[in-house]
Amino acid sequence: MRGAAATEKRGMRELGAEKLVGWDEVTHGVVINSFEGDAANIASLTSEERIYSDFNSYTATVASWRVVKPVYNRDICIDCQNCWVWCPDTSIISRDKQMLGIDYDHCKGCGVCVEVCPTNPKSLLMFIEAEENDSALSQWPEKKKKEKE
Amino acid sequence: MAEKYEINQTEVWDGNYAAAHALRQAQVDVVSAYPITPSTPIVENYGNFVSNGYIDGEFVMVESEHAAMSGCVGAAAAGGRVATATSSQGFALMVEVLYQASGMRLPIVLNVVNRALASPLNVRGDHSDMYLGRDAGWINLDAFNAQEAYDMNLCAFRIGEHLDVRLPVMVHQDGFITSHTAQNINPLQDEDAYKFVGVYQPVEEMLDFSKPVTYGAQTEEDWHYEHKARQHSALMRSTRVIDEVFADFKALTGREYKRVESYMMEDAEVAVVALGTTVETLRQAAKELRKEGLKAGVIAPRCFRPFPFDQIAEVCGDAKAVCVMDRSAPGGAMGAMFNEISAAILATGKRPLVTNYIYGLGGRDFSVDEAKRIFKEQKAHADAGHITTQIQQFSGLRGPRLGFFESKRS
Repeated sequence: MRGAAATEKRGMRELGAEKLVGWDEVTHGVVINSFEGDAANIASLTSEERIYSDFNSYTATVASWRVVKPVYNRDICIDCQNCWVWCPDTSIISRDKQMLGIDYDHCKGCGVCVEVCPTNPKSLLMFIEAEENDSALSQWPEKKKKEKE
Repeated sequence: MAEKYEINQTEVWDGNYAAAHALRQAQVDVVSAYPITPSTPIVENYGNFVSNGYIDGEFVMVESEHAAMSGCVGAAAAGGRVATATSSQGFALMVEVLYQASGMRLPIVLNVVNRALASPLNVRGDHSDMYLGRDAGWINLDAFNAQEAYDMNLCAFRIGEHLDVRLPVMVHQDGFITSHTAQNINPLQDEDAYKFVGVYQPVEEMLDFSKPVTYGAQTEEDWHYEHKARQHSALMRSTRVIDEVFADFKALTGREYKRVESYMMEDAEVAVVALGTTVETLRQAAKELRKEGLKAGVIAPRCFRPFPFDQIAEVCGDAKAVCVMDRSAPGGAMGAMFNEISAAILATGKRPLVTNYIYGLGGRDFSVDEAKRIFKEQKAHADAGHITTQIQQFSGLRGPRLGFFESKRS
């Protein structure tokens, strides 16, 4: 899976698996740092290059919340970026306007990406979570012919 | 640079104007406000100072008090010195955001010009709004006159912004009686006042782009309790800083403040406890009664939060009867301050006869004569060795006598 490449450097954990500390060690005012170290240049780095703090939601996975998942088909995609624009969880991974795949650590399976995909057949389709992606790709539907009026 | 304001050594200011000048002198970065009677002139005058070039900061007019405090939270989280003012219904609408401000440890200064809560609608002074916010995690300072409204504002910035505290601070003054009564005030010159307050030191400010932070995070059962405990600890331990700031203020101005103010309590046989302008009425009554031979004393928590639990018992000394006066409808209980004072005394093992008066609701006047009557009633309790009236009574109320609970008499 090409999409999986983006997840390599993250050190993912389940939500709520951070180290629990006593009242005297919790942060002042529940103020949470998003990144470790100086982040002045953060906007020019891709998410894979950033050093996220343990309390940044980026380092926690919510994959277990999902029942159905989007599967991405590179062979049909036209890189229009519609799914990237519409995804409510920033879970479409795109670099230089080229679609790379789904961030399965943060995708909650809402299906918006499939809804907004304009290709025929769609380049993203929903499958049950247990379905292997290769198997899903092998069942991809054919192009639908335009019905004549 | 802001224009310098020409100030005489003695000015004739009311509590609102005094507070507005204190905010101006502290060089507040953002005032986010929605004016409400009787606190309106604080932000009205502040707006005037802004328009006339006496202030460099921003004045943000918003659409409600909820938004006013929200604006303060945002500006304080961004890294600015922030203040505002409100009263009564406006305060009630602010309550949700008051808890946000203290939980996020933002040292906002809020002037609360105390006023009754509707219904029935009433614009006069009582302490309903002060009591409504007492568990909101703010430091609460109480001014008994216009000079103190000015002084407490300057102290509030120093206390709340101290790096060991970082909590928001309310400065209370009685609606109309303090806020609209002009008195002789001895303010500091601008440079002296600003030197006392000091340059604002931002902590975890959102405008530091090298260190992006999240404010207002969600914490459930695995984190929330620890965060609230840390916040409470900071509030309880702020007493050291409050004492230090009051000491510095005395060194600068000669005006002495304590977390619990006491008047002629050294040898007092009977004492009355109250907040706000009533304290001055009680002092006058006690002074007059002393000439008649009644050893009367007055106790007044200057610092309502953190509640001076230890100092209350100390100043009560060997008083035989203590009356606690609550200027807020108790809503089906004894007055809140009665409960707190009683608990503080009880914890020391002393057992004076403690009674409760509800009084002054909706601005009902509280006179020196009525104060004297209450002192004399305490003397009657002390002489009898038991409480001779009901434990909770109502002062200055028309109609048949209203009271609740009696102690068993031998």
